[in-house]
Amino acid sequence: MLGPPLLAFAIVYLASLVALFISSFWAVDPFTTEIVRHWNLDNYRTIFQSSAYRTIALRTIGIAAAVTLTDAVLAFPFAYFMARIARPRSRAVLFVLVLLPLWSSYLVRVYIWRLILNENGVLNWTLRKLGLPAAHLAYSNWAVWLTFSYVWLPFMILPVYGALERIPESLVEASRDLGAKSFQTFRRVVLPLALPGVVAGSIFTFALTLGDYVTPMLAGGSSSQFIGNVVYGSVGIANNVPFAAAFAAIPLAVMAVYLLIARRMGAFEAM
Amino acid sequence: MESRAARIALGGWTLLVVLFLWIPLALIIVYAFNKANVQSWPIPGFTTHWFGVAWHSQEVRQALWLSVRAALTTTAAALVLGSMAAFAIARFKFFGREAVSFLFVLPIALPGIVTGMSLNSFFVFNHINLSFWTIVIGHSTFCIVLVYNNVIARLRRSSPSLIEASQDLGADGWQTFRFVIWPVLSTALVAGGLLAFALSFDEVVVTYFTAGAQNTLPLLIFGYIRLGQQLPIVNAIAFAMIVLTVIPVVLAQRLMRDTGVLRRGGTAALTAK
Repeated sequence: MLGPPLLAFAIVYLASLVALFISSFWAVDPFTTEIVRHWNLDNYRTIFQSSAYRTIALRTIGIAAAVTLTDAVLAFPFAYFMARIARPRSRAVLFVLVLLPLWSSYLVRVYIWRLILNENGVLNWTLRKLGLPAAHLAYSNWAVWLTFSYVWLPFMILPVYGALERIPESLVEASRDLGAKSFQTFRRVVLPLALPGVVAGSIFTFALTLGDYVTPMLAGGSSSQFIGNVVYGSVGIANNVPFAAAFAAIPLAVMAVYLLIARRMGAFEAM
Repeated sequence: MESRAARIALGGWTLLVVLFLWIPLALIIVYAFNKANVQSWPIPGFTTHWFGVAWHSQEVRQALWLSVRAALTTTAAALVLGSMAAFAIARFKFFGREAVSFLFVLPIALPGIVTGMSLNSFFVFNHINLSFWTIVIGHSTFCIVLVYNNVIARLRRSSPSLIEASQDLGADGWQTFRFVIWPVLSTALVAGGLLAFALSFDEVVVTYFTAGAQNTLPLLIFGYIRLGQQLPIVNAIAFAMIVLTVIPVVLAQRLMRDTGVLRRGGTAALTAK
């Protein structure tokens, strides 16, 4: 029974990954814009030798890391409250309050930050009311960071909550009976057991940021290009699929390493 | 037990995070009724005019129709393939079982640009023209896992002895399916299907690479926002899309409340966006 779905899947998805990898070693004829199947490393050389492309790759990875950290900091106390302090009723309410933003349209949630951050938006209106100077966040790396942190936050909260919820109360009691203070119990018992949840959440926040081009395009400006934007441009406008494939191989390689580490930390069970 | 101060601090933090999650969503609802053409705050007055304009736009209608058809077809494919895979994995132990599970998570654990770009290379490589079907194939790769996760969680909770009992009592394959398996699985399938529909309907990052010149509703809006065109229409559609994606999720959550698997399927799935 596993045959047909697996076969379909393997053919389409794995073959696609292989196709991506192979075509990154090809080239495009500059005159005919046809793909030329002669093997070379020029695409990779271009990426590593051009400082502009290096900056873009580093910006992408850097902002993905910053977003992951921000979401972990925002999510952990929230998930802790939800799993270990809130009563069952309010826990159910909080759960829905996280689930609905997670599922509501991604594009819409990115768009709304454009409206909030623009010069005449809600943010500056609020700042003016408070007598503070206007912020000029629109179309900057800050806007990209903030928007990403917003849209991916639920993806961090849910696995962390799941991990915290699964910690048996008896372990916490045992720790207390053995004389540990609250903070010691938290640091030595709760935190290590919650860590796989944080790592599982970070897979989402990191991978999703790494592979996006919509948010950098809508929230950021021309100076906030991500790897995704270069790939998007190379496929759409320049029609240079081999180059796009080579650049897309970078997030693929980064994620492969990340997933291997996450797997060792037991994050897959927490997903 | 946490100290009183710690509980209050955690409660306050939780409240702030809830506000952070929900104020922007509340704002989009307000903007949808914005009277002015300019998107500044505060809005000068309320109108429902733009909903009508959006509804009568030919472009919007075509995109909506394409999105609905793609999402329905994707949902059907995900239901069939996802539940077949779940059956095989839950029932039989075999070498590489874990690897297969991992494989299904891959399209959502890998960055969207990688999935999109790989599919695009695959189609170019095989000289397949981008069409309605390439959109469906792309969406199916990451929607299968939604159904798979929901069904496998339900199967693990149900006892295989139910099926044995049915067979011992003389039921044939169809009867066992109709009276034993289906009642156990139906809500899991409906929930998985609803989530697959919601995800497919909203997807934009991968879709761009598999749609070519066609416009799904998210691609159309993406274009409008990028060029700063038709923003009042975008606001109205944004409001409608929030409502449209929320309904299936609320339904799915109600169906799966007993098992709580939505959370897992949910987090895993959502990543494709």
